[in-house]
Amino acid sequence: MSTLAQLAAETAYTAAEAKNNAAASGAGMAYGLAAIGPGIGIGYLVGQAVQAMARQPESAGTVQTTMFLGIAFTEALALIGFVVFILLKFV
Amino acid sequence: MTSTAANPLTSSMQGPSPAVQVAKDLARRGVLVAPVLVGLGAAFWGISGAASVAYGLAIVVLNFLLAAAMLGWAARISLALMAASALFGFLIRLGLIAVAVLLIRDASWADLVPLGLTLVISHLGLLFWEMRFVSASLAFPGLKPSPSQDFSATVTATISNDLSETKEYQ
Repeated sequence: MSTLAQLAAETAYTAAEAKNNAAASGAGMAYGLAAIGPGIGIGYLVGQAVQAMARQPESAGTVQTTMFLGIAFTEALALIGFVVFILLKFV
Repeated sequence: MTSTAANPLTSSMQGPSPAVQVAKDLARRGVLVAPVLVGLGAAFWGISGAASVAYGLAIVVLNFLLAAAMLGWAARISLALMAASALFGFLIRLGLIAVAVLLIRDASWADLVPLGLTLVISHLGLLFWEMRFVSASLAFPGLKPSPSQDFSATVTATISNDLSETKEYQ
């Protein structure tokens, strides 16, 4: 009887541990995936901005202003992913 | 049709960096809204909420300033380096934000919920606020609010490029 109870307790502990591990890896994956999209977006954005500055140097200031805001907006996606990660993992 | 384009590897931006100007403006706006946000944090989460909101706002403002400083520094060297600094700067700053948050997650004064909310809300809020101002200044240059917020420098910022490096595309 005590063996069965011990086995049940161990199984329950393992299930809880597995759930925690799955939550942790899910949160980490969410953070990683959330950083990939903005990385691609920033690369595309900056590439186009550099091309625009090279083709039209007189508008470089305006292009860089818009580029900086675009980078910051794109980065917000990664920031949201990070916040979801810390809320899932630590709260 | 023939068009010319400067070489991004040898071209650099001269004059004041528009990104630094925008970041300073964002920081100024962040300081303006800080009392309101900290008050909201204190009202909903108490002292720890106020401290976490202030910490989150500081992270957001420093992130903007660091991003602009890196872009401005790299743009003075070459446009290609600016592109590289934008990409690697994104990774570096994301890591720095993660370190800054993970360092204080067990602190007694820290509350992760208001901190996370502040990171997202203040980042997007300040950007939308700045975007409205920048779009208004670009659309109506004569209606710029004050010389301190003058973005005419963005127009005077020019690309210096070696014309001998200019390529022609057919």
